Amino acid sequence: MSDNTKIPHIKSVETRHLEERESMFRSLQNLDRRSFLKVSTGAAAAALAAGASNHFHSFLPVNVAYAAEGPAGQGFSFAYISDSHLYAKKTNERFVRQLLRAVDDINKIDPQPDFVFYGGDLAQLGRKEELDLGAQILKSVKAPLHMMVGEHDWYFDMGQHWNELFGPQTYSFDHKGVHFVVLMSVQEKDFWTARGMSPAERMHTVAGLDNAVQSAFEVGAPQREWLRKDLEKVPTSTPLIVFSHSPLYKLYRPWNFWTDDAEDVQAILQRFERVTVLHGHTHQVLTNRIGNIQFHGMLSTAWPWPYAPQGLPSLTVQMNRPNPFDPNDGLGDGTINVHPDGLVDMLYNLWNRNPMQVKASYLSSGGKSDAPVAPTLASY
Amino acid sequence: MKKLVLARAPGMTASIYLVCAAGTGLSLAADPATGPHGAMPIAAQEQRLDKLITRYATPPAGIDPVAWASIYMMSGNEMTADRIALGRKLYFDTRLSKDGTLACATCHDVSRGFSDHRSVSEGIGDHLGKRSAPTTMNAALMQSQFWDGRAPSLEEQAKLPILNPIEMGHPDAASAMASVNTDPAYQAMFQKAYGRAPNYDDLGRAIASFERTLIFLDAPFDRYAAGDLKAMSPAAQRGLDLFNNKARCVSCHMINSSNPLGTDNLFHNIGVSARTKNFEALAGQAISVLSKNNDPKELDKLAIETDMSELGRFLVTKNRGDIGAFKTEQVRNVGVTGPYMHDGSLKTLWDVLDHYNKGGETNTYLDGGIEPLNLSENEIDDVVAFLFALTDTRFATQNEAAFREQQGLAAKNRPLRDNALAHREMLPFEQRVMGPAGLK
Repeated sequence: MSDNTKIPHIKSVETRHLEERESMFRSLQNLDRRSFLKVSTGAAAAALAAGASNHFHSFLPVNVAYAAEGPAGQGFSFAYISDSHLYAKKTNERFVRQLLRAVDDINKIDPQPDFVFYGGDLAQLGRKEELDLGAQILKSVKAPLHMMVGEHDWYFDMGQHWNELFGPQTYSFDHKGVHFVVLMSVQEKDFWTARGMSPAERMHTVAGLDNAVQSAFEVGAPQREWLRKDLEKVPTSTPLIVFSHSPLYKLYRPWNFWTDDAEDVQAILQRFERVTVLHGHTHQVLTNRIGNIQFHGMLSTAWPWPYAPQGLPSLTVQMNRPNPFDPNDGLGDGTINVHPDGLVDMLYNLWNRNPMQVKASYLSSGGKSDAPVAPTLASY
Repeated sequence: MKKLVLARAPGMTASIYLVCAAGTGLSLAADPATGPHGAMPIAAQEQRLDKLITRYATPPAGIDPVAWASIYMMSGNEMTADRIALGRKLYFDTRLSKDGTLACATCHDVSRGFSDHRSVSEGIGDHLGKRSAPTTMNAALMQSQFWDGRAPSLEEQAKLPILNPIEMGHPDAASAMASVNTDPAYQAMFQKAYGRAPNYDDLGRAIASFERTLIFLDAPFDRYAAGDLKAMSPAAQRGLDLFNNKARCVSCHMINSSNPLGTDNLFHNIGVSARTKNFEALAGQAISVLSKNNDPKELDKLAIETDMSELGRFLVTKNRGDIGAFKTEQVRNVGVTGPYMHDGSLKTLWDVLDHYNKGGETNTYLDGGIEPLNLSENEIDDVVAFLFALTDTRFATQNEAAFREQQGLAAKNRPLRDNALAHREMLPFEQRVMGPAGLK
């Protein structure tokens, strides 16, 4: 038999493992096991003391640079859960289970985030039992909770029960030097009265994403006026983080990935030096920058949307194409690390995938540096 | 007529029957083992193998020749009679272990489903490993080897247990070859097979060649799929329907003529580790190490010192999606290859069904496709009946005995039965988040 039938040499993982093990033991030959463990523990403690935060979700060294305090604050992190679209448990237990999974995830983050933000669409059809179920589950979130409303929560009773459970839908608060604003960006013009629609028909029309009956989402003039007033006394050097359920820009009208008065809202925000807008609704990793405003989408716990066929912002590095055999793929939750200067790094905690991190510096540099690591789209 | 998802090319059906006719009806009840480590003595195993496989065909019976050549054959190691003969001698040779007590055939025993019927295997010095020995039957058709897929081929796989300190225990390839070379017959056999002096890589190639003859794909299920509607019991026929639909087995165990093993060759966390080990703490520790220092060597160190082999595929890929994930095992001959799962922790196929019926074992890294199934007792019995119909007819007697034994065990104890979870009265993650009472 000739030599030209040689198998290309493959060094198996185990072979490499054994080689590495051998070299490690060689280097440690003067240490017994007890001192070896002491050395390892010492190194870990030193890393912690140096300010590297142990982040449950990430393999990446998440250095929230607490030491270098900016003018605005000390830097902190918060977590989010979004778009759970709950039906009653009997109708769809999968979505209930997935919200539970997200809460389980977030409750395990060590150290706990300063607060947890819920990004809207807690319910699927705005029913009392759906919102009550969601509220019951979210009560188990360990950290303080801030809520935002989505169109699926709203159009059955026009927000009545949601307001009873969670308070006003538009509000602002300050946390560690950052001014937070929560908007209700899914106002629609009245398409139902003239048509004589029942509350359920109105809700179903809004819940049907792709139809010509409903109007586009908007923040609306009264709320824009409220926003103007709320920001009047805030210095332009204060970092601003704005939450809206729909993206505060115009992405793709047929799916209502859209806010109709986005330019007017952006105009109010433009005078601030550092503005971040975080939105739900699109159920995907979505990244955009308009002027000095940085935009990030949040993941859903119910289902992932495909990317819109047109209008995708060039800064967006797409998440993986979900595996159709895994109903949890493309879903998740996440944490937001706020730098001392008030800009944020988004950490997308994709279940059963490696996390994706979209850094403020990536957006600030217009995509020139710190590009997110694109997921490998392994075939199924 | 029942829905049939499986279609077989007429040529393939014919080739199956050609070779299997000889084997049908052999009595293969499990014998009391008398050799070292509980294995049947080597000579008796060889005699039994001669009855099971009366002639070596290339490609083996039941396999499409084009698929065999393009998918399953390692280029440069084409199967020849000389290579198979050499591989067979090596497979049964206890010199491959340091203390001379183990051959490949000790843990991949012809009489014990080409496995060892133990939860984890016993190596030299009675060391227990951490994982259950997968069967070598049909292993040639798997896309990767070992529970975590760390070997890309049978050639690579065969060389590793020989050098594993708690398996066959040779310190290095030279030691293994020195041991083998004490038998002068090998000089000529290696020369004939590979045209050169004995060496370790060719040893791996020869064992792989022999293992490629261990194809057992003639089950009642295959005969049913080929049109013999009486080949499977009505219960097994209902089980096939459940397998493909309500029980969702087919999502990972897809079984058809181009993929006859019933595996997606992927890796999934179904929670087996989460039940028996402090799994999430291990995973947290692993991620913590990597988040401080993204150096795979750090993790390897922990793998040596701790129970981190329970992290499974993650140790190979370092992908978070692979934490606690193990390879989807074939469903072929599953009746005679228990106990089940990577750690052999489930004794019966009823336990396996109970495990899946309650949505696996909840953990942070659970595969999203694992969901409660809401199967009734009768439905579980039907799926189990179907699984036993996947055993090659050459093991019919052994299969029947295993069925009765498992049935008896299951009648006494169903440790994983959890009706509240199975019927979705309590959801996975619910008690972890809401406390023992769950949702109102």
